[in-house]
Amino acid sequence: MLLEIKNLHAKVEGNEILKGINLKVDLGEVHAIMGPNGSGKSTLASVLAGKEEYEVTEGEIWFKGKNLLELNPEDRAREGIFLAFQYPVEIPGVSNTNLLKTAVNEIRKYNGEEELDSIDFLKLLKEKSKLVELDQKFLSRSVNEGFSGGEKKRNEIFQMAVLNPKLAVLDETDSGLDIDALKIVANGVNKLKTKDNATIVVTHYQRLLDYIIPDFVHVLYKGKIVKSGGKELALELEEKGYDWIKSDKAEIVA
Amino acid sequence: MENITDIKKYFINQFDEFEKSLNGEKTSEFHQVRKEALSNFSKLSVPTQKDEEWKHTNLSPLLKHNFSTLVHKENVSSEVITNFLFDKTEHSLLVFVNGIFSPELSRLIEIPKGVVIGSLAESLKNNHPIVKKYLGKYAKDENLFFTTLNTAFTKDGAFVYIPESKVIEIPIHIIFYTKTGSEKIITQPRNLFVAGRNSQVTIIEHYISDEENIYFTNAVTEIVADQNAIVDHIKLQEESKKSFHIARMEVDQERSSNFSSHLISHGAEISRNDFNARFNDEGSECILNGLFMIGDEQLFDAHTMIDHAKPLCNSHEHYKGILQDKSKGVFNGKVMVRRDAQKTNAFQENNTILLSDDAVINTKPQLEIFADDVKCSHGATIGKLNDEAKFYLKSRGIGEKSAMAILINAFAIDVITSIKIPSVRNYLENIIAKQFIG
Repeated sequence: MLLEIKNLHAKVEGNEILKGINLKVDLGEVHAIMGPNGSGKSTLASVLAGKEEYEVTEGEIWFKGKNLLELNPEDRAREGIFLAFQYPVEIPGVSNTNLLKTAVNEIRKYNGEEELDSIDFLKLLKEKSKLVELDQKFLSRSVNEGFSGGEKKRNEIFQMAVLNPKLAVLDETDSGLDIDALKIVANGVNKLKTKDNATIVVTHYQRLLDYIIPDFVHVLYKGKIVKSGGKELALELEEKGYDWIKSDKAEIVA
Repeated sequence: MENITDIKKYFINQFDEFEKSLNGEKTSEFHQVRKEALSNFSKLSVPTQKDEEWKHTNLSPLLKHNFSTLVHKENVSSEVITNFLFDKTEHSLLVFVNGIFSPELSRLIEIPKGVVIGSLAESLKNNHPIVKKYLGKYAKDENLFFTTLNTAFTKDGAFVYIPESKVIEIPIHIIFYTKTGSEKIITQPRNLFVAGRNSQVTIIEHYISDEENIYFTNAVTEIVADQNAIVDHIKLQEESKKSFHIARMEVDQERSSNFSSHLISHGAEISRNDFNARFNDEGSECILNGLFMIGDEQLFDAHTMIDHAKPLCNSHEHYKGILQDKSKGVFNGKVMVRRDAQKTNAFQENNTILLSDDAVINTKPQLEIFADDVKCSHGATIGKLNDEAKFYLKSRGIGEKSAMAILINAFAIDVITSIKIPSVRNYLENIIAKQFIG
């Protein structure tokens, strides 16, 4: 098992957002986590990446047999978790290339590998930038600074391609994308998919799932996974909306 | 030393000994200037925090020590100096050890005829006409305690003279190396850089020391940029963290001249920099950039003044500070736009990052504008490192220290990108990285 989340509870600023999540993800799988606004989707993504504002109050997360909650954010990334941000941060004065070179080499060092020399590194960048159709000029530009919404999301997938994670968590990667950009991003994700890694797609809309076909769909509502199923569940949600889940859930509670 | 009369008495008493150490030189014309300065000095009092210009800078840690003005010749190997050179750049090198020129450590490359790059003491002895004309003309010292002290005890320093239309492409790297021994010493470099009409030169003033010991550097630098001259000045202050560094730089700009200054400062327990630039004629440009990085209980103070005395000149000033621990920064940027100085463009900015809750910055832009057709602006920001950006970097596998270094470098970089020599920029980037990742 690549990732196992057991009864996860988390709060932010005193409010409990996650109220007992259970989830198992294995290699080669694509999981979609859907849900209405405020259901805790992005919180789950941030907790996986180790964002400090989120306090885990109960439960466990196991990743590759390691207790993920004991690892700091950089070690989680070095172990192979990658979060594609919903709102990628602009960092003026830091070039994409510089960020990635430092990241690649710190990850390699952590895993006992030798650092890449400049030539091999640039080769890697070139190869991966083609994958998401990212213009080479973005490499020397400051991270996300002045990028359009679509360029930022593409840049996230580009970074993912370079860092080659075991588990990619895409947090609302479709938000703010027009259909062409969506296709490019989805295409990039699909190309990176192998038997040896896994993807969690966090999304509000079914739209992205037309292009990234999930093996499993989970519906998150009020901090819990209330329904799980195959890709047809996403279509059902698209058709009926989330109200169906909400009333269904009300029935269960009743 | 308990009170302010003591430090004055102390230096005045040392003057006789100092005079003796000048040997034959005390008969020179300049010696009269020294004596006058000493007489002025005896009438002045040590600046205290009651003086507006010293409001945030408490000098009492400096006044606790007796610093000897008598320095002995010290031997320093060239290997020691090599550590402070910039890689892969050809440059002329002047080395001063404890304020005294050291010809065996220095070397000059491709010096055209008429150009002087060397020791001020030598040129004073030879009564060089340029020294006679300019020395002490800009750093007027009637009421400035430390400048007056420097003038009274002027012995050596760097003298650079670039005659009309000479272009010196190879940078001149001037190292002031303090070798500390059992005695606490004061060194008082006196520098004069004169760039004639249409000439061009790059000068790096670099202050370093052997060990983290207590000493005092009291430097005065006068710079003249004559018509159309281009002068790039870089000052690196990397003194011992226990030392004291007080420095004054006076710049005179004639018509259509171009002067740029970059100050990078991370040494000394107390460091005070007075930079004054004057536009004496139209069409000139002045850049004053600064970067200070301090920690522990260090204090950095920059007082700058750009005097737009004439119309049609541009000035750009940008100072950035990165403060850790209990350090304290002071930035006072004065821009004077006089009544005749129409069509002036003057821009000033000061940005500070505080890395700890105990660090303090006092920043004060001071614009005095008496002309009505001018563009002037100023701004100051004080902030912390962006936590969102830091988390973003960490989420890519970059560790705490590297993330800090990357973000600090990103913050600092725009005040040093205008330095034209790549190897100097590299040297500085290394300094920035070392400051914060140890």
